Amino acid sequence: MVAAGLYLKRFYTVVRGEVLVLPSRIIVALFFLVLLGIPLISQNPYLIRVIVLTSIFAILAASWDLLSGFTGQMNFGHALFFGVGAYTSAMLNVHLQIPPWVSVPLGAAAAVLTGLIVGIPCLRLKHTYLALTTMAFPIILMGIVFALPDFTGGELGISGLQRISNSLIVNYYIYVGIMLVLCTIMWKITDSHTGIIFHAIREDELAVRASGINTTRYKLMAFCLSGFFAGIAGGLYAHYMRIAGPSTLEVSMSFMVVIWAVFGGIATIYGPIAAVFILFPLLEFVRFWPEYRMLIFAAVVLLILLYMPEGLIPWVRDKIEKQCPRCKIRNVSTRKTCRICTAVLD
Amino acid sequence: MNIIITGLITGSMLALLAISFSLIFGVARIINIAHTAFYMVAGYLIFSLTGKFGLNPVVGMMIAVVVVTFLGLLAYKFLIDPIREHEAAVLIATIALAMIFQEAVMLIYTGDYRTVSALIEGYFIVAGVKVFYQQVLTFGVVLVVLALLWFLLMKTKLGLAIRSTAEDREVANLMGMNDSRLAMITMGISVALAGFTGAVLAPLTVLSPYMWMEPLILMMAVVVLGGLGSIKGSFVAAYILGFTEALVVFMIPKGAFLKGSVALTIMILVLLLRPEGLFGISFEEER
Repeated sequence: MVAAGLYLKRFYTVVRGEVLVLPSRIIVALFFLVLLGIPLISQNPYLIRVIVLTSIFAILAASWDLLSGFTGQMNFGHALFFGVGAYTSAMLNVHLQIPPWVSVPLGAAAAVLTGLIVGIPCLRLKHTYLALTTMAFPIILMGIVFALPDFTGGELGISGLQRISNSLIVNYYIYVGIMLVLCTIMWKITDSHTGIIFHAIREDELAVRASGINTTRYKLMAFCLSGFFAGIAGGLYAHYMRIAGPSTLEVSMSFMVVIWAVFGGIATIYGPIAAVFILFPLLEFVRFWPEYRMLIFAAVVLLILLYMPEGLIPWVRDKIEKQCPRCKIRNVSTRKTCRICTAVLD
Repeated sequence: MNIIITGLITGSMLALLAISFSLIFGVARIINIAHTAFYMVAGYLIFSLTGKFGLNPVVGMMIAVVVVTFLGLLAYKFLIDPIREHEAAVLIATIALAMIFQEAVMLIYTGDYRTVSALIEGYFIVAGVKVFYQQVLTFGVVLVVLALLWFLLMKTKLGLAIRSTAEDREVANLMGMNDSRLAMITMGISVALAGFTGAVLAPLTVLSPYMWMEPLILMMAVVVLGGLGSIKGSFVAAYILGFTEALVVFMIPKGAFLKGSVALTIMILVLLLRPEGLFGISFEEER
C-alpha cells in the first residue's frame, strides 16, 4: 500500500511538473485519453469507423512527414507505399491464408523494399525533379495492377480479407493503439540523433556531408522508415476495409497525404496527425451535403493556408506558447518569466 | 499511320502544356498542379459557349482562352502571391485550386462525358487510315503557337527578362527587373497557353471533370525528362512520350492500361542516366 502510494505521488509530481506546465502537452495527453475513452461513452459504429480510418491515415500522413518534412525529399507518390502495403497483405491473406498479424508486417516489409527500390534512383535527383519523379511510381504500379487482373483483381481489387478482430471495440482498440504507438515511435525518431541529421539534410545537405555524415545512407533510411510506417498503414487499411483496390494507388491519394501534412505543418509529426484528425472527420461529417463536400474541403484548406502558410498547428502552438529567449525552453504564453531560467519573456 | 497521328497529337498537346508549365516554374519557382485544371476549364468553357450559346467555335475559343487567363491571374494574385515564400504551402494551394475547379465543373456540368464538335468536319484517307481535318488543324496550330512562343522568348525584351529571371532571380532583380510583375505576366502567358491547349484539343477528346489528372502526370514526366527550364528539351521529350504512348496502345495487348506505366518507366530510366533530364541545365542550388 505504501509503495503504491509513493508511486502515485511520484506519478502525480511527474504529471504536474512535465505535462501540466505546457498547454500543448495537456492537449496531447487529453488526445490520448479521449481516444482511448470514446468507446466507453459511445459505441456508434459510424463514429468508431470514422475514428479508425482517421487513425490509419494519421499514420500515413505522419510517415510522409518523416520522409518529406524532415529530410526535404518531396515525395509526391506516397500512395506507392500505402498501396504496396495494402496489396501485399491482401494477397498474402487471401491467396495464402496468412493471418493478419503476419500479413501486415510482411506488407510493411514489402513497402520497405519498395522504399529501397524507389530510394536508390531518387538519390541522384533533387527538389522538383524528385517530386515529379516520385509521382510516377504509383502510376506505374497501377498500370501493372490493371494489366494483371488474375493476380491483383484488376479494377475491382482483392476483396474478402480477414478482419483483425470481429469485435467492434477490440478492433477499435487495436487500430487506435497501433496508431498511438507508431506515431509516438515516429516522434521519438525525429527527436533523436537521426532526426537531427534528417533536419540538417533538409536545411543544407552539403554542410551535413562536409561534417562527415553519410547523407546517402540517411536519405535511404528515411525512405525505408517512411515506407515501413506507410506500409503498415496500408496493410491495416486493407484489413479494415476488407479490400485492397487501385484507389490506394491513385494520384489523389498521394495528393491527399501532402495536403494533410502541409496543412498541419511539416517537420513536426504531430502537425500532420492533428491535421488528419481535423480534416478527415470534417470530410466525413459534411456527407449530408455530398455535392459540395470536396469543394468545401478544398476551400477550407486554401483559406487556412492563406493566413497560416506555416501550417495550422505551428501557428496555434506559437499563439499559446512562447520560447524563452535565453534557454530556448517553451513556456505558456501567459507567463511573464521563463519557468526554468526566470529570464523575462517578451 | 495511326501511331504516327496519335503520337503527333499527344506529343503536341504535351509539348504545349509542358513548356507553359516550365515557364512559370522557371520564373516564379511555382509547381502549378492546377495547370492542367485550367486546360480542363477551357475545354468546358468552349463546350458551353459553342453548345449552349451557339457561338462561332473560333470566337468561343478566343473567349475561353481569355476567361481562363483571367481566372489564372486572379488565382495567382489572391491565392498564390501572398504565400510565395512558403514553397510547400504554394504546392497545396495549387492542388486545392485544381480540386476546386474539378468540383465546380462537376457541379455545373455533372460528371457525364461531353464532346465538343469539330471546327472542320470530314477527313481524308492516307495509306488506308482516316485522318480528320481537325487533327491536322490542331497539329498545325500547335506548331504555329510554339513558333510564336519561341519568338517571344528569344527575340523580345520580355522574353529576355523571362529567361534571365529563370536563370538567376537575384541578379535579374538587381538589373532592375520587376520580379513580381514579371511573375504575374508569366503566369498569364502560362495559363493562356494551358487554356489554348484545352481549346484546340477539346474537339479531339472527351471532356470529364477528371480529365486533368492524366495529362498532369504526363506533362510532369515530359518536363522532367526534357530537363526543367529547357524548351527544346520539353519539345523533344513531349514527342518521345507521345509516340511511346501511341506505340504501346497499338502494339501491346491491354496496352491502354500500360501506356502511362511505360512512358513513366522510360522517364525514370533516362533520369537514372542523366539526372538533369535530356537537355536540362542543372540549376545552381539556392542555399
